[in-house]
Amino acid sequence: MLTIADLKKGETAIILDFPIDSIPLKLIEMGCLPGNEISLVQTAIFNGPLFLTINESNIAIRKDTAAQIQIEKVL
Amino acid sequence: MSDSTIKVALIGNPNTGKTSLFNHLTGLNQKVGNYPGITVDKKTGTCKLSKTQKATILDLPGTYSLNPSSADEKIVIDVLNTPENDNYPDVAIVVTDVEQLKRNLLIYTQVKDLEIPTILVVNMADQMQSKGISINIPQLEADLKTKIVVISSKQKTGIDEVKEAIIEYKSLSTKRCIPAERITQNTITNTDLFTSLSKTELKKVQHRETIVRYQFINEALKKSYVVDRSKATDIQAKLDRVFTHKFFGYGIFAILLLLIFQVIFEWSNVPMDFIDGAFGALAKWTKEVLPAGMFTDLLADGIITGLGGIVIFIPQIAFLFLFIAILEESGYMSRVVFLMDKIMRKFGLSGKSVVPLISGAACAIPAIMATRNIESWKERLITILVTPFITCSARLPVYAILIALIIPNERVFWIFNWQGITLMLLYLIGFAIALLSAYILHKTLRIESKSYFVVELPKYKVPLLKNVAYTVVEKTKTFVFEAGKIILAISIILWVLGSVGVNDQFHNAESIVAESIEKNGFTKIQEVALKNKILRYGESLEEEYKEAGKTFDEEAMNDSIIKKIPEFKEELIEDEIAGMRLENSVLGTIGKAIEPAIKPLGYDWKIGIALVSSFAAREVFIGTLATIYSVGSEGDDESGNTIKAKMQAEVHSNSGKKVFTFATGISLLLFYAFAMQCMSTLAIVKRETNGWKWPMIQLGAMTVIAYVAGLIAYQFLK
Repeated sequence: MLTIADLKKGETAIILDFPIDSIPLKLIEMGCLPGNEISLVQTAIFNGPLFLTINESNIAIRKDTAAQIQIEKVL
Repeated sequence: MSDSTIKVALIGNPNTGKTSLFNHLTGLNQKVGNYPGITVDKKTGTCKLSKTQKATILDLPGTYSLNPSSADEKIVIDVLNTPENDNYPDVAIVVTDVEQLKRNLLIYTQVKDLEIPTILVVNMADQMQSKGISINIPQLEADLKTKIVVISSKQKTGIDEVKEAIIEYKSLSTKRCIPAERITQNTITNTDLFTSLSKTELKKVQHRETIVRYQFINEALKKSYVVDRSKATDIQAKLDRVFTHKFFGYGIFAILLLLIFQVIFEWSNVPMDFIDGAFGALAKWTKEVLPAGMFTDLLADGIITGLGGIVIFIPQIAFLFLFIAILEESGYMSRVVFLMDKIMRKFGLSGKSVVPLISGAACAIPAIMATRNIESWKERLITILVTPFITCSARLPVYAILIALIIPNERVFWIFNWQGITLMLLYLIGFAIALLSAYILHKTLRIESKSYFVVELPKYKVPLLKNVAYTVVEKTKTFVFEAGKIILAISIILWVLGSVGVNDQFHNAESIVAESIEKNGFTKIQEVALKNKILRYGESLEEEYKEAGKTFDEEAMNDSIIKKIPEFKEELIEDEIAGMRLENSVLGTIGKAIEPAIKPLGYDWKIGIALVSSFAAREVFIGTLATIYSVGSEGDDESGNTIKAKMQAEVHSNSGKKVFTFATGISLLLFYAFAMQCMSTLAIVKRETNGWKWPMIQLGAMTVIAYVAGLIAYQFLK
């Protein structure tokens, strides 16, 4: 299964699902919900946080969080 | 009269222009306090709505929802959920950003469902055209069951309409906008449920609720919110490609930091010298105008000098906050958080620790307050504990004089100079020990704390001058009052301890000094001080000649100097008396009592007193030494010549060896680099960690590190 952590810079995807327990509620409130479009803008060095655009907002999350959010790539 | 005051609460996501609206509505009628029992800032202000009607505006911390995840966010719920709360509003205003309307409406629906009269403010109307956004306001008002006001805080439009809407608040619907049955009973507003559910269950409920709310918002916006993407211009993405770049991003950040520090020190010099001079003059003037006595001494030497010690840091702190406010307002700071997170995490810190660590270079107090938005308690605690290692502005006067004393003022590699290099090394040492102790704490502290990291990277915008100015004024005020209270209290205590004598030598200092000078004349040190005084007086005369455009007249100058000499001698005698009194005061006795403990570091009892007194605040060190070395009024000499000469000439009474050798100097520099030596910081740490445990551990650890560093330095170098 693909997750946000597998995205490459500039790629866009649709959020499919994630385990509710381990995802910060704040992320959900910011619009990280199944069905929404997401794209990877930038990554920080040394495997640092991912800079994403979700639901028109720019959000940075760490890779371990990103690896739990399942996606489907948009071609 | 109080009946006609309407209570208004401002709510909204961060970066929606909530604070701008608050500033527009309240102008300078603002107050910052704390919520009762909690340490989160509470900003209130009064707004004149009409001739007879006033409103109190409460600016609640920015939050994405009414599901609390940090201390700031919990406040919002406490205020909105309890009608008995003093802050419970008559009307709530939810501020939203036109571009982020979907996300911003989440909290709106939650507030609305609490059945509080709610006004929806859509901000940044000036952006609508360029972004190709159009909104069908009547339609949206009908769907959301509320009054909508479109404003632009940048162009100051729509503010009057907001005021009108507040006046008319009674006509607002208090109906829920999402039927209760759609969310079932599972909302946060159901307090029983909130307390009875486990954390995971609660989160699931909130998760479901969030989805239902987003469904409602999507339906409503589909009807009334249109974005024509072809009109959107995208400089934003281009800026981010540079500012968050793997390579350029870090380069830009490093250059910005360097520039900021350079500018702060350059710009602060002038106002700091001015403040220093002004307070010195005020103390002198007080002594001249008021009758001599205990009260005058307390006022001049205790209170005015103590106040001067706080006020002098205002320029540096204000400039630092000016730059931090600009970086925050423009949206750049959150990019730094993004860039630095991984690097900071290696040391147990968070990307969000960068802001406190940078602020720590001005003063640890506001820096520690800036840790509040770090969600993980462990990361926040580590940040709080290591921030005082960062070289703050209060260390500068101590560093400056010690460096001047022991490091030669010689150039190396053409552009550098040993003294400058030493100062830079001291900054680096502070930063290094902060990171090192963070790493140790990270590995040793057993605190279960979920470390999650969700940061919004807001759109870049040109900072509003008004907001930046308010932030600078407010933060500086907090510093002055928080630190001020304590420094002032300590100055008074120190003054009292220094003015209460323990033996005859204290009480008869005057006659003892007079007798000794009559018998033996001036000592060598006094001769040097007298020469310095004459030299400097001569220089000032020459300056006067130059300024007046008169030709230099050596004879007149010599006459004038000769006339002044008795006055100088009088001053020297007074200083000598002051020195003897201090030695035999309670403070002096304390210094002598701790001498055995600090001897291995190369310090004598005089430095001991300075250490003890500067525990309250580091900058007290120089002032205390000035008094101890009986240079009194000469201590505030701008070039530091006299106190420097005194320190250079100081010898151990039993061995006759110099006190301020290279080894002692380095030992002292390291001691001041690492020691806590700041009551105000301890007070803030106590407040932010809710107890004395952490500030005491911090004080103990920092003192031990400082002692060991001083000990090693002295024993190796002596």
